[in-house]
Amino acid sequence: MRRAIRLALVLAAKDLRVEFRTRTSLLSAAVFAALVLIVFNFARDPTAVATIDLAPSVLWVTVAFASVVAMNRAFTTERENAAFDGLLLAPVSREVLYLGKYLANLVFVLLVEAITLPLFVLFFNVGLGHALPGLLLTMLLATAGFVAVGTVFSAMVVKTRFAELMLPVLLLPFMVPPLIYAVRVSTPLFQGRPLSEVVAGLRFLALYDVAFITLSVLLFSAVVDE
Amino acid sequence: MAEPPLLEARGLTRSYGAVRALRGVDLTLAPGDVLLVLGPNGAGKSTLLRTLAGLLRPQAGTVAVRGRTLSGDDPDARRPIGLLSHQSLLYDELSLLENLVLAGRLYDVPEPEHHARAALAAQGLSDRAGDRPRQLSRGMLQRAAIARALLHQPALLLLDEPFTGLDAVAGDRLRALLTTLHEPSRAMVIVTHHAGEAWDIATRVGVLVSGRWALQAPRPDDLRAFHLTYQELARA
Repeated sequence: MRRAIRLALVLAAKDLRVEFRTRTSLLSAAVFAALVLIVFNFARDPTAVATIDLAPSVLWVTVAFASVVAMNRAFTTERENAAFDGLLLAPVSREVLYLGKYLANLVFVLLVEAITLPLFVLFFNVGLGHALPGLLLTMLLATAGFVAVGTVFSAMVVKTRFAELMLPVLLLPFMVPPLIYAVRVSTPLFQGRPLSEVVAGLRFLALYDVAFITLSVLLFSAVVDE
Repeated sequence: MAEPPLLEARGLTRSYGAVRALRGVDLTLAPGDVLLVLGPNGAGKSTLLRTLAGLLRPQAGTVAVRGRTLSGDDPDARRPIGLLSHQSLLYDELSLLENLVLAGRLYDVPEPEHHARAALAAQGLSDRAGDRPRQLSRGMLQRAAIARALLHQPALLLLDEPFTGLDAVAGDRLRALLTTLHEPSRAMVIVTHHAGEAWDIATRVGVLVSGRWALQAPRPDDLRAFHLTYQELARA
């Protein structure tokens, strides 16, 4: 077990090191998030819908699309020089490979969200105040779930000709449940309600995480073994 | 109880759509064996090598290394395998040293950085340890890939057309290396288009035609006579 965790961390560190050397995906996702927020900011009519009602949806739609952009890169670096063959050949279980990829993707998407959140506050002039701890918890729970699914799908689509197109088509339907609940939890938090009022939503997000992380671990081997 | 063979493949079958790349291929290798695999394009040589490495799952048949069947459920069964493929298996964004240290960690090599430096030095790449793979010439990249493949001292070395793209000097260097790697404890499978490239170190030759062994025998002494036999088999 200790070896599995150590190797998963080694693999995640490798992915993050590769990403931080290029920074292409991180920058793309951050710029994409900023553009989406700008579009929403100028497209909305503040007299028709109150900002506080619209803001949670805008935040999560932005996070969802930026995350897809970020996760597209998960396996593309593995294609160069058939580097992924080197991982498949190593005496490392497929579950550990998945865990390494998952951890790297999770850190990466959370980083994108960490960039998105201040931009969101800036554009929508939403005071987070007391909502911040609850919102961060919601982001962590929602992200942990859809990144689990996204990691499997990005491994699946990397062998296809239109990987960048296929990932959102496959992933977005699976992102809908955590996104709906993330919005449902975020809305009362933005309105200044206490965390105790959104426990049911957080519980759903945690259940989604457990279910889809487990399923993804089990499916990964079938996806990567030719 | 008798020790299991280093490599034992039974009834390997693999298709790509309607194309049957392997049709019931058997193979047994003992330590010290060096099998030269020849065959025309599309004969199934690379598919065979990738299946022996565990990178392709056979649709029928099994591959066992030291008696342990290769499967995703038993990652340790892959530990004795080293693969030199068409591609380097190296990450372009990591330096050669970082690539080898990563491989060392995955194979539980003790003191991975020390061994990675030693492996690079053995390939004459000490001064390029900080370079990225894309900064290297084809010959150097091949040597870096060899360093990676040998880092964990594999008992079974699988080489897919290792001489491709190498100039005469690099080819000679690789031949000399393969000679030193030919140890009683190690078996090698070398897929090639040119028997002469590794003829001297081979102990057996196999000719694959349309996914089947057309010939698998101890290496004959006369390369020229074998060449005529090979041409007949490949044409058939």
